[in-house]
Amino acid sequence: MLSLPMIHCQACIARVEAALDAHPGIKSARVNLTLKRALIDAEPEVKAVELVTVLEKEGFEAHELDPGALNDTATRNASKDLLMRLAVAGFASMNVMLLSVAVWSGAADATRDLFHWISAAIALPAISFSAQPFFRNAWSALRAGQLNMDVPISLAIVLALVTSLWETWLSGHHAYFDAALTLTFFLLAGRWLDARARSAARSAAEELTALEVPRAMRMAADGPVEVPVADLRMDDHVLIRPGARAPVDGIIIDGRSEIDRAMLTGETLPEVRDVGDPISAGEVNLTGPLTLQATAVGQETSLHRMAALVAVAESGRSRYTSLADRAAKLYAPGVHILSALAFLGWLIWSGDMRVSLNIAAAVLIITCPCALGLAVPAVTTAASGRLFGKGLLIKNATALERLAEADTVVFDKTGTLTTGKPKIINWGQLTNAQKSVAFGLAEGSAHPLSRAIAGMARTENQAPADVTEIFEKPGFGTQALLDNQAVRLGRPDWIGVTPPDDSICAALDMGDGAPVLLTFTDAPRQGAVEAIAGLRAQGVDVILLSGDRAPAVASFAAGLKIDEWHAAMLPDAKAHFVAKLRDEGRHVLMVGDGLNDTAALATAHVSISPAQALDAARAASDMVLLGQNLEPIADALAVARQATRRIRENFQIATLYNIVAVPLAVAGLATPLIAALAMSTSSITVSLNALRVRGRG
Amino acid sequence: MNVLAYLIPISLILGGLGLVGFLYTLKSRQYDDPEGDSRRILSDKWDDHPKE
Repeated sequence: MLSLPMIHCQACIARVEAALDAHPGIKSARVNLTLKRALIDAEPEVKAVELVTVLEKEGFEAHELDPGALNDTATRNASKDLLMRLAVAGFASMNVMLLSVAVWSGAADATRDLFHWISAAIALPAISFSAQPFFRNAWSALRAGQLNMDVPISLAIVLALVTSLWETWLSGHHAYFDAALTLTFFLLAGRWLDARARSAARSAAEELTALEVPRAMRMAADGPVEVPVADLRMDDHVLIRPGARAPVDGIIIDGRSEIDRAMLTGETLPEVRDVGDPISAGEVNLTGPLTLQATAVGQETSLHRMAALVAVAESGRSRYTSLADRAAKLYAPGVHILSALAFLGWLIWSGDMRVSLNIAAAVLIITCPCALGLAVPAVTTAASGRLFGKGLLIKNATALERLAEADTVVFDKTGTLTTGKPKIINWGQLTNAQKSVAFGLAEGSAHPLSRAIAGMARTENQAPADVTEIFEKPGFGTQALLDNQAVRLGRPDWIGVTPPDDSICAALDMGDGAPVLLTFTDAPRQGAVEAIAGLRAQGVDVILLSGDRAPAVASFAAGLKIDEWHAAMLPDAKAHFVAKLRDEGRHVLMVGDGLNDTAALATAHVSISPAQALDAARAASDMVLLGQNLEPIADALAVARQATRRIRENFQIATLYNIVAVPLAVAGLATPLIAALAMSTSSITVSLNALRVRGRG
Repeated sequence: MNVLAYLIPISLILGGLGLVGFLYTLKSRQYDDPEGDSRRILSDKWDDHPKE
């Protein structure tokens, strides 16, 4: 399975499929444009990497996806199931409604009875199929001794059916089959919207995970073999190429290289590791190939142990009750008591069981949270659709509501506010000769500082110097020959210069005995300034936490105009800091990417992580930022606040309808016609109000 | 009013046909890639043999 983020037209489909079909060993290939994926059925010896290069030759960006990490068939089946029930409920309610219109417009006697009987024949099987999700939820809530929205819903549906049947039996005037069916239809529509929005978010989140296919190179007797990470065992020898992430904890038995620990510690500068030094899973090897002897694999690695800690912290957050649940807690008992009172009142006053039961059913149907059931999903669907368009994925159902409450934003520095990639500052002070030599040397290395130099030179269209015999000395730098003169680029202490302060530096030796220092800084991510200004404008405090050294953090915070910052924070310290804010009664939005942030992400009231973040960090956060730009965070807060306001408004509208209609129902004036009108108008108003979230801006 | 004996079953059967048709399209996974399908129709490559 391949992910193809760039395809967009029918010509792309045709070219991708033609290219894949032409490749030997492929049985069939099908592109899904909606999901931007290609599903490939191939012989086992065809490697995904080959196909990626085939497609890149055609000009398409392609990534391998791990099908095991995608379980969207399950979520898609759930939404398909809801859609099927929705279709049945829709069909049945239309037909019954037509028959009811005939009754309301004056059908009498035998005709009315006939229509009621036909309605019953349609409604009973239709409801017993379509309303199953409500019955099931209500039953499990009741068994746990709780009330949720589904209890009054189920009760109203069942009671409406029972009284209608009874009325029909006695050839009475009023039957509520249409009401019961329309109720089911509207509520299912709400459920389906909800399920669809959530499955879209989940499948995008799973795709991010699936992009990191866990493969490793195991050293066998006849050289390295590619195996799945799950197959690695203790004491296996694992080869890590430059640029690859360590799959296991281990000890270096061969090679020397620099290690990027940014994901684990937030430290920008790489560390040098030699034979005998330990490596943890998740660290990225930068310069030279390393061979590890595995000391911990799979669930035992330090990476997994930290991820497990996160799960513990997360359970604290699940105690949050959503607005809908809070409304249901107030609403459900009120409705039951009201309808029971109406029943008792009428029974005492008139002594007529049949009339009283009718009234009770009418009260339940009128008050039934049809609008309430639509209020939340319609708003969250509209809001998350809008945020998805801006590149923000909402993973958790209540995340929007929690985001709206946020009053303090805590940012991590490395990889979140910064790109995690260094940028050279004093490039302009170099001579052209120095620039071209630096470029020539830097091209031969995968070290982040070298990449920064090469990237900068490329934007200036600088030609690389014609250096020969390039040799990278892992942990020190690169050296080469230029006109039989040795030139070197690397660590300042290797070249023999002392940097003036502890900023990030590299040195360039032109062979003329006067080495120059190149200074770097960690560039802020695109939109960081705008996001912070936007958050401030909405009255939110911004705090910066970093595992990096104090001077680096201080200058960075000043650049972004952040007043409160804390440097050299260990992962625990970050989590404690967030917990302290929480205990002060603040609602914290944590934005972070690294493993050092995961505990803090899980402790915070609501959390966001960028798509480039480590899997564990993404799993711990409620929302994922898909693009490189940070700006959507400020928008997200605005949209979330607007959405929550809409949800409250919807509740108010629904309550207003109830205040008008309930007295009618209790007084026994609510005919099935009035019930149907009240229900439909309130549902439509609520949906229209929800759509306003999508409309503006 | 005897005409009802024909009309009601007929209307129910017609509506039911629509419902069955919809359920069939749902079961045969015709909503898996709406965007791709709407594009494929523009190319004559799949006119004779729809892509599986």
